[in-house]
Amino acid sequence: MNRDMIKFLGFAALILAVPFALSGGYLMNVLVFVGIHTMLAIGLNLLLGYAGQISLGHAGFFGLGAYLSGILTATYGWNPWLAMPLAAAVVGGLAFLIGFPILKLKGHYLAMATLGMGIIMYITFNETIGLTGGPSGLSGIPNIAIGSLTFDSDKKNFYLIWSFTLGMILLTLNLANSRIGRALRAVHDSEVAAQVLGINARLLKVQIFALSAVISSIAGSLYAHTMTFISPASFGFNFSVELLTMVVIGGLGSIYGSFLGAALLTLLPEFLRAAQDYDIIIYGAMLMMMVMFMPRGLVRGVPDLLRKLLKKRGGKHA
Amino acid sequence: MQFDQLLQYVLSGLSTGAIYALIGIGFSIIYNATGIINFAQGEFVMLGGMLTLLFLDSCKLPLWAAIPCAIAVSTASGMLFERLAIRPLRQPTPINLVIITIGGSILIRGLSMLLWGKDTHAIPPFSGEEPIAVGGATILPQHIWILGITLLIIAANKFYFYHTISGKAMRACAYNRRAAGLVGIDVRRMVLFSFIISSAMGSVAGIIVAPLTMTAYDVGVMLGLKGFCAAIIGGMSSGGATVVGGLILGILESLGAGLISSGYKDAIAFIILLLILFIRPQGLFGKAQSERV
Repeated sequence: MNRDMIKFLGFAALILAVPFALSGGYLMNVLVFVGIHTMLAIGLNLLLGYAGQISLGHAGFFGLGAYLSGILTATYGWNPWLAMPLAAAVVGGLAFLIGFPILKLKGHYLAMATLGMGIIMYITFNETIGLTGGPSGLSGIPNIAIGSLTFDSDKKNFYLIWSFTLGMILLTLNLANSRIGRALRAVHDSEVAAQVLGINARLLKVQIFALSAVISSIAGSLYAHTMTFISPASFGFNFSVELLTMVVIGGLGSIYGSFLGAALLTLLPEFLRAAQDYDIIIYGAMLMMMVMFMPRGLVRGVPDLLRKLLKKRGGKHA
Repeated sequence: MQFDQLLQYVLSGLSTGAIYALIGIGFSIIYNATGIINFAQGEFVMLGGMLTLLFLDSCKLPLWAAIPCAIAVSTASGMLFERLAIRPLRQPTPINLVIITIGGSILIRGLSMLLWGKDTHAIPPFSGEEPIAVGGATILPQHIWILGITLLIIAANKFYFYHTISGKAMRACAYNRRAAGLVGIDVRRMVLFSFIISSAMGSVAGIIVAPLTMTAYDVGVMLGLKGFCAAIIGGMSSGGATVVGGLILGILESLGAGLISSGYKDAIAFIILLLILFIRPQGLFGKAQSERV
């Protein structure tokens, strides 16, 4: 067993023990969201942190997954376990198709194009009222069930969501350390150099884009089934930015960083109840501060800072 | 489909298109001087409208005095933004620049919400609300103001870039920043200038459109994005091509809203944006024809 595996098992044990430490209730509900957001942040981090490609439209994939699952189960009476993979396949296929033209773009242009894509999806959720219920939302989405076990309480949902989230973490950890992960990092550092080494950079980028869309879609399906109600407001541009903030704050290319970012940004508003509407100011300020002062994110920035402080002190003694 | 109605759509599309053109030129000026797409561009448009309102209501200034004050304050905030957020950046990679300008735009929007609340406000039209008949269609005096002011600004822009030393220096930066530095142009100053000019232009756009469409703390996002779309159609030129891009976008949007569905109005701009980026990333008119200032 290698170090990564031990780290992961420790993390998983810690997470799964949380419900025993809590008496349940409200905080448990928040932790369910931490799980969903972690999944989304990891999906985006694969694209942004590993492949170096920005997306400002991931809330759209999240929403598409949620709506496909929601509509198939609530309106057409499908089983959630069938709807979820179908939604993921549709979203993944769509992302694969959009991926080819969109990932040809770079930097600012890619950011704008993905943003446009996200907004088009958001407008579609709002306007296809017959299917999605429009701005007033879609209700009556069933909870997920295994046999007679229905995931209808916060505690049950906690275990449901986190088993998916932990699964995704394991998957991405393995991916990052595999041939694909190394190829991705090569593309990140220099696309030309990577291509010279025989990596099909274009296909690889599109595949990662599709994979991260699939992860977002699964998170969306789970979100729909735990909330049982969805409305377009949760899938707008602001949420794409929030996801970006999570990834940047945690640290680009760090899986546990994404968890840290997601946890921080999900818990923070709960502790800042008074500042309800104004949490967006805090996001903005945090984004700017991080890029300016800690561009490598919390997971790497804080140890760097400590090391620097210790060195300074050591220097004085010597 | 009657001709009158079509004319009406085209005319009202022209004036929104002029607004998009102004915002788009602001995008291009910064992009050409620095290589940055300023995601906060739309917020200066919003600041123009909201600050005019502030000077009108709180300071009881007349409209003709409130407008210059609003432009001055939004321009100052554009300057501040460059100084505090863009210049100190240690690793100005495209992703970091995207993130920091988005952060800035959220911050400006959030602070405006704190200051002015979430309500939408109206600014009085510059000269009455008596409709003017043009052919079978009618337009408002404000439409004429918009088209006139846009023309004026574009002319002033042209003059600045082609007939003043600092404008020529800015064009030199756009062609080759290092070479511009070598012949003694202070490139960092030009970057600051580009932010000043584009936030000033953005705020003017926000002010002249506010009497027609109302204004609120969050109008900047959409207006900014559509301005960017205009700039993309124009191939990021800061001259005629972007103006044409803005007008095309405005007319298509107005026709789409009238003939297809008003709910999808905003989607039209983004579909055009994606199509242009996919098929002709150099802009509708190609590089050869557009002047990259």
